[in-house]
Amino acid sequence: MSVVHMSEHEREEAETREQRALGFWLYLMGDAVIFALLFATYAIMIPGTAGGPTGKDLFDLNNAALETVLLLVSSTTFGFASLSVRTGNRSAVIGWLAVTFLLGAGFVFLEVREFAGMIAKGAGPDRSGFLSAFFTLVGTHGVHVTMGLLWILILSAQVALKGLTAPVASRLYRLGLFWHFLDIAWVGIFSIVYLPGLL
Amino acid sequence: MEQHGLRNYLIGFVLAVVLSVIPFWLVATHALPPQRTLLIIGIAAVLQVLVHLRFFLHLNFTTTPKENLLALVFTALLIFIMVGGSFWIMFDLHQRMMT
Amino acid sequence: MFGKLTIEALPLYSAIAAGGAAVTVGGALLVAIVLTWLKAWKYLWTDWLTSVDHKRIGIMYIVLALIMLLRGFVDAIMMRAQQAMALNAGGYLPPEHFDQIFSSHGTIMIFFMAMPFMTGLINLIMPLQIGTRDVAFPWLNAVSLWLSAAGAALVMVSLVIGKFSTAGWTGYPPYSGIEYNPGVGVDYWIWAILISGVGSTMSGINFVVTILKRRAPGMTLMRMTPFTWTALCASVLMAFAFPAITVACGLLALDRLAGMHFFTNAHGGNMMNYANLFWIWGHPEVYILILPAFGIFSEVVATFSRKRLFGYESLVYATAAIAILSFTVWLHHFFTMGSSANVNAFFGVTTMIIAVPTGVKVFNWLLTMYRGRIDFHPSMMWSIGFIVTFVIGGMTGVLLAIPPADFLMHNTTFLVAHFHNMIIPGVLFGYLAGYMFWFPKAFGFELNRGWGLASFWCWLIGFYLAFMPLYLLGLKGMPRRMETYNDPTWQPYLMVAALGAVVVLCGIASMVIQIYVSIRDRKLTEDRTGDPFDGRTLEWSTSSPPPPYNFAVIPTVGDREPFLEAKKNGTAYRRPASYAPIRIPSNTPAGVILGGFAFVLGFAIVWHIWWLVIVSAIVMFITVIARSSDDNAEFTLSAGEVKRMEDERFRQLGSRA
Repeated sequence: MSVVHMSEHEREEAETREQRALGFWLYLMGDAVIFALLFATYAIMIPGTAGGPTGKDLFDLNNAALETVLLLVSSTTFGFASLSVRTGNRSAVIGWLAVTFLLGAGFVFLEVREFAGMIAKGAGPDRSGFLSAFFTLVGTHGVHVTMGLLWILILSAQVALKGLTAPVASRLYRLGLFWHFLDIAWVGIFSIVYLPGLL
Repeated sequence: MEQHGLRNYLIGFVLAVVLSVIPFWLVATHALPPQRTLLIIGIAAVLQVLVHLRFFLHLNFTTTPKENLLALVFTALLIFIMVGGSFWIMFDLHQRMMT
Repeated sequence: MFGKLTIEALPLYSAIAAGGAAVTVGGALLVAIVLTWLKAWKYLWTDWLTSVDHKRIGIMYIVLALIMLLRGFVDAIMMRAQQAMALNAGGYLPPEHFDQIFSSHGTIMIFFMAMPFMTGLINLIMPLQIGTRDVAFPWLNAVSLWLSAAGAALVMVSLVIGKFSTAGWTGYPPYSGIEYNPGVGVDYWIWAILISGVGSTMSGINFVVTILKRRAPGMTLMRMTPFTWTALCASVLMAFAFPAITVACGLLALDRLAGMHFFTNAHGGNMMNYANLFWIWGHPEVYILILPAFGIFSEVVATFSRKRLFGYESLVYATAAIAILSFTVWLHHFFTMGSSANVNAFFGVTTMIIAVPTGVKVFNWLLTMYRGRIDFHPSMMWSIGFIVTFVIGGMTGVLLAIPPADFLMHNTTFLVAHFHNMIIPGVLFGYLAGYMFWFPKAFGFELNRGWGLASFWCWLIGFYLAFMPLYLLGLKGMPRRMETYNDPTWQPYLMVAALGAVVVLCGIASMVIQIYVSIRDRKLTEDRTGDPFDGRTLEWSTSSPPPPYNFAVIPTVGDREPFLEAKKNGTAYRRPASYAPIRIPSNTPAGVILGGFAFVLGFAIVWHIWWLVIVSAIVMFITVIARSSDDNAEFTLSAGEVKRMEDERFRQLGSRA
């Protein structure tokens, strides 16, 4: 095959990557709209406690702070994984992904514990409109993080099996967008749910 | 390149920590009246979102494709319309029905 | 084991319901038998169901839309028949059944007729118009199609197993909540919409990326065809508005399944927020449907008037303005909810403003026709019928935008007449114009003109007969969705409306006959050039049907009407010096598997069969992982293969009369 054809092929691959990046970005924007509407619904339903517990009775500032720390550090460690992709250091990528996974799993654990505690106290999502909105908003974020964890596992396996090929690197890039996006959604959650709730 | 990238993430991390610690600390200590605290929580959140976009998602005006920036601005506009509109509609209604 | 599903779910409670079920099952069986008889299963599977080619996906979308149009129309004519004879409980349908029919009619026509029709036309034509070989994400495109089909299948299956929603196509709580609607109907509605909504969101993203990133060299944004422009704006709306209905229906599902209190009467629920969320999606949805139709009218009017579109820029800006304004008017769907005068006035004013860019477009089309040499092809007739009729609907819309007037007309048949007056001429006529315009492109022969015109006149006259009486009835105060009534002065109007539905039935019959006659006479109307209507844009520069790669050599564009320009310069059918190999995405069963299990998932949730929910979710998850980890999802068509196909094309071109 001629050199011209090779570069043509490479150009096509670069275009494909660009298109996928834009497509995924648009998906994230749509997801942002979903979160925005869940935030709006939550804010609208804050008064709807139906005589049940309010945020002040239920939220724990320390837990929220710890969750924030875990997610923020995990965003940074994912950044280190992305940097290792650029230098082509395969074991470093897997290592940083593993650290990110553990931090994310810790976050999910804290959230599940918080939810379980609230439900045990009789403050489950069926107690009041306010709690429905709380569990749905925070839970939607938690489900996203869990999906992100699964995705980290799958891509770690791909890095181990296939190496840092162009398609794998492009998938890691999109996973990075997803992971950092979840951190932004969490900033919204602690700033709109936990902190004002405990004020 | 690697050095620059590392510094980028670390700056982002430090700024995000600062912008998280301030509101958490205010709520923990009740150092300011609630209205003021709320305002600061809001400002810190907006700033932190910008920090994340800049240092973690690497958005800037030179290398980011303009489609992506346009999509972001459009989304921000829509979120403003949808959330702002929902608040206006629902709180107006709330006032008329409950009080 | 089977959750709530028991033998009681079969519709043996009434002869009419059992008849509907029998027709559904019989129809499916008949198709299966014909396919077996033709030994077409393998062909169907390898060439169509697993295809990721945008043209085939587009055609399958349109087939889905036409089937659902039939189903939705059966609902419509049943309602018209009921109301024509329903004076003093004189009808033939019990209330429970009538309510299911109006709910499924609206749901089907919006989500499973109009949406797939539009997505199909965009799929079929837009990549050809921008000079590319496929959409940006071909297999995601297949997934979107099969998720839409899964949603449609859920609605169809509700005819046979269980009942459909009685809560109308908008499903307002608290009536749609578990307290007042403990059956499975609302669940069918919710999951049909949620599943197909995911597909629509992904289609929107796919089209936006395709249009922004895959245009042929030289095709700047302001050289895109009007249809591509409207497709872009509609796709942006799809990507950004569908999340809102996902939230609205998702929260309603949580209320019903998990006992939550988003929209309940008690326990701090707020049902008004449902209306709010639903219409945040609902109003942009109107424009998602109508903008591409505006694009089609623009193409058709320019082609059959033999003139450049008048005021291209103004049309583009009007389209973009409508797209953004469409997000600012949603409260006009619930003026009567009780907002304060300021809120209602604001949304009333924005609603009147959005009529302005729409009005601009009417002048674009009129002035394109002015002094043109008009060919009254059926597509052109749909367009003219649209302009005349749509203006009436627009006027009544501006009337309803005035909150105090809306208070009088809200939920009357005036409203029903208004939105049918927008959506039938605006949306459906547009899609039918596109269908008759681009049919030869898809299949290589034209549709019969005579039966096309017959269909048009029946639809147009039937429309006026069916809906003008409803305006009058609305002014007389008749509420919508009435199973019975006791005002004898209403009945004559309702009889005229029923007559209108019969005339529309003739229009639909003409369409069916048209397909039969056109296939029978396909040798006579064969399109050997790929350009039967002296077209102006790139889709006409390929053969009919186009080869799998669309363009052997990607064209370079220097004008807004590149193909017309090329024909003038004599460069239109010039052969390239050589051909290069072309990479084409491979077919995959992943899309149809995902759609199939999405259907199973929805069905299992509706009937609370939890183990099946888990199983189908896991299968879907594994399918996505497997397909998205595949690095070699393409194959290469060699230069020799391309040359062979192009030789055939030029042999055909040479032999044209």
